[in-house]
Amino acid sequence: MNARTEVLDRIRRALADVPANEEPADVSVPRSYARSGPAPAGSPAAVDLLAERLAEYGASARLVPEGDVASYVARSVAGLGTGPVVVPGGFPPEWRSALDPDRVLSDVPRLPVAELDRCGGVVTTAAAAVASTGTLVLDGGPGQGRRALTLVPDFHLCVVRAGQVVASVPEALTVLDPSRPLTFVSGPSATSDIELDRVEGVHGPRTLDVLIVI
Amino acid sequence: MRIALFITCLNDTLFPATGRAVVTLLERLGCRVEFPQGQTCCGQMHFNTGYQRDCVPLVRRFTEVFAGYDAVVTPSGSCAGMVREQYGRVAELSGDARLSTAVQEAPPVYELSEFLVDVLGVTDVGAYFPHRVTYHPTCHSLRMLGVGDRPLALLRAVRGIDLVELGAAEQCCGFGGTFALKNADTSVAMCTDKVRHVLDTGADVLCAGDNSCLMHIGGTLSRLRTGVRVMHLAEILASTETGPDHAAAAASAGVTGPAARRAVERTKTP
Amino acid sequence: MSDTTFLGMPAFPVAARDALRDSQLRGNLARATGTIRTRRAAAVGEQDDWEELREAGRALKERTLRHLDRYLLQLEEKVTAAGGQVHWARDAEEARRIVVQLVQDTGEREVVKVKSMVTQEIGLNEALAEAGIDAYETDLAELIVQLGHDQPSHILVPAIHRNRAEIREIFLRSMGEYGTPAPAGLDDDPRRLAEAARRHLREKFLRAKVAVSGVNFLVAETGTAVVVESEGNGRMCLTLPETLISVTGIEKVVPTWQDLEVYLQLLPRSSTGERMNPYTSTWTGTTAEDGPRTFHLVLVDGGRTDTLADPVGRQVLNCIRCSACLNVCPVYERVGGHTYGSVYPGPIGAVLSPQLRGTDSEADRSLPFASSLCGACYEVCPVKIDIPRVLLHLRARVVEQERERRLPKPERLAMTAARWVLTRPSWLSAAQRAGGLGSRLVARRGRLGRLPGPLSRWTDTRDAPVPAAESFSAWWRRTHPETRRPARRRQS
Repeated sequence: MNARTEVLDRIRRALADVPANEEPADVSVPRSYARSGPAPAGSPAAVDLLAERLAEYGASARLVPEGDVASYVARSVAGLGTGPVVVPGGFPPEWRSALDPDRVLSDVPRLPVAELDRCGGVVTTAAAAVASTGTLVLDGGPGQGRRALTLVPDFHLCVVRAGQVVASVPEALTVLDPSRPLTFVSGPSATSDIELDRVEGVHGPRTLDVLIVI
Repeated sequence: MRIALFITCLNDTLFPATGRAVVTLLERLGCRVEFPQGQTCCGQMHFNTGYQRDCVPLVRRFTEVFAGYDAVVTPSGSCAGMVREQYGRVAELSGDARLSTAVQEAPPVYELSEFLVDVLGVTDVGAYFPHRVTYHPTCHSLRMLGVGDRPLALLRAVRGIDLVELGAAEQCCGFGGTFALKNADTSVAMCTDKVRHVLDTGADVLCAGDNSCLMHIGGTLSRLRTGVRVMHLAEILASTETGPDHAAAAASAGVTGPAARRAVERTKTP
Repeated sequence: MSDTTFLGMPAFPVAARDALRDSQLRGNLARATGTIRTRRAAAVGEQDDWEELREAGRALKERTLRHLDRYLLQLEEKVTAAGGQVHWARDAEEARRIVVQLVQDTGEREVVKVKSMVTQEIGLNEALAEAGIDAYETDLAELIVQLGHDQPSHILVPAIHRNRAEIREIFLRSMGEYGTPAPAGLDDDPRRLAEAARRHLREKFLRAKVAVSGVNFLVAETGTAVVVESEGNGRMCLTLPETLISVTGIEKVVPTWQDLEVYLQLLPRSSTGERMNPYTSTWTGTTAEDGPRTFHLVLVDGGRTDTLADPVGRQVLNCIRCSACLNVCPVYERVGGHTYGSVYPGPIGAVLSPQLRGTDSEADRSLPFASSLCGACYEVCPVKIDIPRVLLHLRARVVEQERERRLPKPERLAMTAARWVLTRPSWLSAAQRAGGLGSRLVARRGRLGRLPGPLSRWTDTRDAPVPAAESFSAWWRRTHPETRRPARRRQS
């Protein structure tokens, strides 16, 4: 008997007390918890909450009108010195228009990981954001790039539209596509492994800046 | 209303004063308390140490002794918890359907503070206790029974009391029945911290609703010659201006709060 | 039954005695667990629907476990369809063999690892080392444990028993042996220590071709794997290497994508006391141009089907490894994780290890008794595992096992004697009178300072009360003469 057959066989024997005609739906799961959050998706209250929660993680979050995004992107990246900055394909051209084109790398063709490690930062969009938990979600869609891009450089600027901000985790999961590789980002990387003291910045980007386009 | 006192084996043997205080207190509140003969032990020690089959006769005895009463009151959170949470499981384990029925039909068992607050509807029981007291919420009262702040509400209404908050109050004292013997070193480490918090309060008296935990903490307080007394909640609530031993007489003289008097009226009607 | 990396551990009370003497350990644990308890309470307190989430979390696990075969088959189908390969392992030995072979097939001699309880449980690092493969732990606490040649002592923070000064020493002493050394002049500021770990591990991440991970959840409906983490080491391992090998217990599956909405709320608040952990990664098989080209999922039984077979003990498989029960446990706080002799310490370890490994060793038989039954663990468990109930259930199993093996135990005699007395009220009265009389002869000022035999374990540190001169029952009969005497049974 191979391992697969044997493990499945053991499971069926272990569950001898479960009636043969029982279906999973017969085990009731009360979903009386809140499905929606404290504010409607995309509302000013949701946006404010997102910014507040991100700030509590040690990220900087700013509400920016559409017309000012390009200058804020340029200003945010200026602090990184003169090194290259990755801006993945599909990032809105009008938002990157104030960046020095010589500094921008687009990851086409794919940057070797060592080169990525030499980049000062990365600028991306997001797939969604969750206000109540201060979370950005990346799904590799336009303007987000593959997962390594937002991981290896030490600085991540993420631009999210107010309309992408939902209030709760359940709402977020309904708008996300599980077949894509997803990364939920809630603040800069952190650890509590030393005396359970929270320290921001370990392996992922140590600085997370967020622009919320209103 | 026929009220039965379940004294528990520990109180019967080692702390009879607690039982006498319960009787004094309840009679002062106008209740007629009966003490069914033949009662012994709830079986908690056996059950919690893994000797579950050995508790079957004790569960049977309990259901026989207390059958027919309207309510059982006991000055022990953990024994009340044993009856309420585990008796059904012991009966099931025994495979005796009649025992399961007997357990289901047994009268409700109340820990003392629950009986006073929920059944009699009183928090001011007319007590007087002019000492600095701190209260330790025992784990089974707190988490198994969920007595919440009932004991504190009762204590706050005691005249003359200086009730001080205990630090890290909700942490276990380390008694845990046979845990105190099987894992004596860990039990002592837990109790040491509990005692430190008790001493930090500057209280003269440590109060709780379970003499088992008080025996543990009190045994350590005594060994360390701290001079801090331990007292069961019932003993504080039974105390009056005329002293703990004359409290029953005080009740007939009408030294009770308005709520208590209302409770008395209620319990007089069957 | 699963293997153990802690063979030959003494029984809990013996190990506890040593641990309790370590004042450094006591201080480190009291401080750390105190911090995390406060944080968790705040994070849970602000979630108004916490109890509803807990109940949903429990019920979903119950649904999953009662139909585990169906969900595992669905998972296998979806993972395979998405480009992954699924492997099954009956026990730890088989799981080790599978993973070692998969690494050898890549031709690589080193792997990076993201913290995984199950790979510790099966002793994977030792097996890889035997095969000449270096495994680098990349979680900060795991790194501290690995560099310190130590054992993990906590599920979430395996180096919780170490303070910052000890960690600094470990880094200065050992980082150089394995790669980038600690910077000269390293102090014990947690920021500097985290920075040293970042530098030490970066070169390993950038050159790694193979990673080994655990998973927090697997979604049967979609074949999606989920890793919940904080530092970004998980993302490094899941994203940069060409081959990813994820090892998991068979109980990690949840039915649907939607079900994650429950656990992604329960886990971070219970575990680190955060609204959300910094990084959560989900992936389904392999994705072109993003992440590993090869994905292996190794499903391990390792005693889980034995646990599943017990309708009371089964609920322990609900565990999502948040470690909230450790942080509130007064026993854990004082004795630390090593005392439990398993990679799963604390209350959850006391109910999991004896089920995964069985109760043949004295150490495993002692674990269900390593609790004062205070119930704090059950109160915080995000999936409502009734740990006190399972502890009692396992205590009964141990006692029955000893009864069957006719192991001579004075405790059994005492329990039998107690049952005899307690089922005969007149015997009890007689015993009370005798005890009262006898102990008053040796008592001083109403307290007993020394008792014989096993009861000396009480009086070594605590005074004992003297049985009363008159029991309550005797007082009642004296003051209520109308009371009927207890029924006599077979008494002369």
